[in-house]
Amino acid sequence: MTASQIIFYILSAFILGSGILAVTTRKIFRSAIWLLFSLIGIAGLYFWLQVEFIAAIQIVVYVGGIVVLIIFSIFLTQKSGSEMPKASATRKGFAVAAVLIGFALVWQLISHHSFKQTSTTTLDVDVANIGSQLLSTTDHGYILPFEVVSILLLAAMIGCIVIAMKKTEAV
Amino acid sequence: MNDIPLTHILFVSTALFFIGMYGLFTRRNMITMLMSVELILNSVNINFVAFNKYLFPDKLEGVFFSIFVVTIAAAEAAVAIAIIINLYRSHNSIDVEDAGEMKY
Repeated sequence: MTASQIIFYILSAFILGSGILAVTTRKIFRSAIWLLFSLIGIAGLYFWLQVEFIAAIQIVVYVGGIVVLIIFSIFLTQKSGSEMPKASATRKGFAVAAVLIGFALVWQLISHHSFKQTSTTTLDVDVANIGSQLLSTTDHGYILPFEVVSILLLAAMIGCIVIAMKKTEAV
Repeated sequence: MNDIPLTHILFVSTALFFIGMYGLFTRRNMITMLMSVELILNSVNINFVAFNKYLFPDKLEGVFFSIFVVTIAAAEAAVAIAIIINLYRSHNSIDVEDAGEMKY
């Protein structure tokens, strides 16, 4: 085993372990913290894959943004020290069965498919490349989805303000 | 990094996806369900980046898709949390079982 293999397996075990803890622990605040660790592990996986830009996005948006938002909403709505009620045994049983069957099916497909590499060049994820292709109007440019997604973000922002605004009741 | 086959990375992302599904099935608290959705979206992102890196290294399509997925996930989380906090104001609970009036 080389060092890179060992790093990959440690990262994967970390991601999956903290992911499992995030969905099974009964204290909601701990669940959020385990989610945070899992997302950091995924950022580490991106660093390991040498796509540094995605890793940076992962840390800035997920770890810095979404998890902090989730923790704030936990503080606003929950008693964070108390335990959540247990899921019923039948629901847990069916959930485990469904998940295991689904995983077995997908794994069957993956392990029997031979993935063919189409070219032997190495991936060039220079930020300048990403930026110029994202804003180019040529064949492989992504300017249209870029604009659509910025409209979506604006719509989400306005939507959040409208939903969270206190109604001034005319009673 | 080429000494790890692609299937091992796909194993991690598939396992993470189904961990998220398990959370979505068993949790009844809206915030924890949202966390499970985030896990699922992240597993999809790992897939996009890994396929891009291993199978199509001359293009950048997977990287762009994962950037858009992250953007949409951020928008989705913000709107979901606004809805959750609004629901907490009117129902004093964020359990999905307590918010069933619009079901029928």
